[in-house]
Amino acid sequence: MSLLEVEDLSIHFGGVKAVQNVSFSIDSGIIYSVIGPNGAGKTTLFNLITGVYQPTSGEIRLDKEMIQGKSPDRLAELGIARTFQNLQICMNMSALENVMIGAHLRLDRNLLKAAMRWPSLRRRDNLLREEAAELMKFVGVEQYIHSRSDSMSYGALKRLEIARALAMKPRIIFLDEPAAGLNPKETIEIDELIRKLSGSGITVVLVEHDMKMVMNLSDRILVLDYGRKLTEGTSAEVRKNPDVIAAYLGTHA
Amino acid sequence: MQKNAYLGLGLLIVVLIALPFVLPNSYYTDLAIKIAINAIIVIGLNLLIGFAGQISLGHAGFIGIGAYASAVLPAHFGLHPAIAMAVGALTAAVIAGVVAKPIFKLKGNYLAMATLGLGIILNIVLRNEAQWTGGPDGMSVESLSLFGFELSSDKQWYWVVAALLAFSVWASLNIIDSPFGRALRALHGSEVASQVVGVNVVRYKVSIFVLSAVFASFMGSITAHYVGFVTPNIADFFHSIELVTMVVIGGMASIFGSIVGAVLLTALPQALATFEGWETVVFGCVLMLCMIFLPKGLVPTLSAKLGKGE
Repeated sequence: MSLLEVEDLSIHFGGVKAVQNVSFSIDSGIIYSVIGPNGAGKTTLFNLITGVYQPTSGEIRLDKEMIQGKSPDRLAELGIARTFQNLQICMNMSALENVMIGAHLRLDRNLLKAAMRWPSLRRRDNLLREEAAELMKFVGVEQYIHSRSDSMSYGALKRLEIARALAMKPRIIFLDEPAAGLNPKETIEIDELIRKLSGSGITVVLVEHDMKMVMNLSDRILVLDYGRKLTEGTSAEVRKNPDVIAAYLGTHA
Repeated sequence: MQKNAYLGLGLLIVVLIALPFVLPNSYYTDLAIKIAINAIIVIGLNLLIGFAGQISLGHAGFIGIGAYASAVLPAHFGLHPAIAMAVGALTAAVIAGVVAKPIFKLKGNYLAMATLGLGIILNIVLRNEAQWTGGPDGMSVESLSLFGFELSSDKQWYWVVAALLAFSVWASLNIIDSPFGRALRALHGSEVASQVVGVNVVRYKVSIFVLSAVFASFMGSITAHYVGFVTPNIADFFHSIELVTMVVIGGMASIFGSIVGAVLLTALPQALATFEGWETVVFGCVLMLCMIFLPKGLVPTLSAKLGKGE
């Protein structure tokens, strides 16, 4: 059954058509990858689905519900989580708090209760601290549980973003280049982490340049080029597609 | 981290209790009261500027609203001062809430300009509505009585203001370390990251702006009753700037920094009075040196040097 359906989605920035008439659907529980050369519109597509950009036209449906044009915080309520290609970590907060903020919507956000140090709020926060520490362990950054976020390495921050997204208890998670800038060992660890995520029942959507990782992990792959859908299929199908080879390696027409 | 902060609160309470026994005369008691009033306003402003990362250059306008509510409403309408105070705080909250939504669509310099304009408008209203406010000459304010007990001596005022300060510090520390406070700090750290985890950023910016306006209005009322007289100067642009300077010098996103900033900027001009005419120059130099050598503000820089966070 398809969890996310995208139909005829386009966005134009002035004269630039960053995403044009892209349609695809993602089944529940799978690992779905979006690939394409630089500037193909992969991150733009993520930004459209997660509400950071508003589409010029087209439809996005999550579990049959139309979600295009909704704000990111409304989409978060519907169970959409994401990480960022260029890290978006709150450096003014501790590592643990960065994960705790992921649980924002599951908490009592009342200002007056907060100011009065309401007991139920304190208890919930203490539970959350343990939960966040567990998540940091799950993504493999447990050595930073008591650290400030600005003392963490780049690779660890990438994982911290995943832990924050998981704290939302999402149905679907969008990972924007989780392995970019990582060394081969870290890349393998991220690969394993994504398998663990998928194993826990979350639908994973991946933008990634590391082809080995994409081919190994993905149940299905969407190939974008110049904002258009080039093809879509299993890794074996995509690998053999002459259009894909042309887009990546160039071709003598 | 949090344990240190509440330890600081304990220390503050001890200092506040000990202070009246150390202060040699009523001049110093008066200074201490003024410092505490400023500290509370600056704490509220620091929640907005330091923690949520939004600037306001018009906060003196809200102080003016509170001060004049406490002056005008009892004098012209016979309202009880406590009710006048509440009406002032409510007015400040409503004005802050109504203007905040369009204002917080702006960022950086534009936000600074918009809040600056708001402060100036409020100040002009107070100056021009002379039939109610006495215009530029100001007006006197009734004394405040609580539960049939009139606050008159400096010592009594000191205890009231000290209690308010301790309470404000406690409440603010609680807010920072709560789901609400984390959302505020997150939208400062990364607005887009806070949005995608579900933080409605506009709502949070508006809430904290309203809260800091209520802090300011309430302390404006207290100031009016304590001094017994208000002039529009309380709401002018320079007062707003002075408050922002206290936030920056003491330390952004530091509750205790707010107190240090208030102490420094309230007491220093008095201490420098001996320099006769040169005091503003010396004052300016002190501020410049602070910013050059302690760019993150006094408390955050020093606590980092001592190897522990606040």
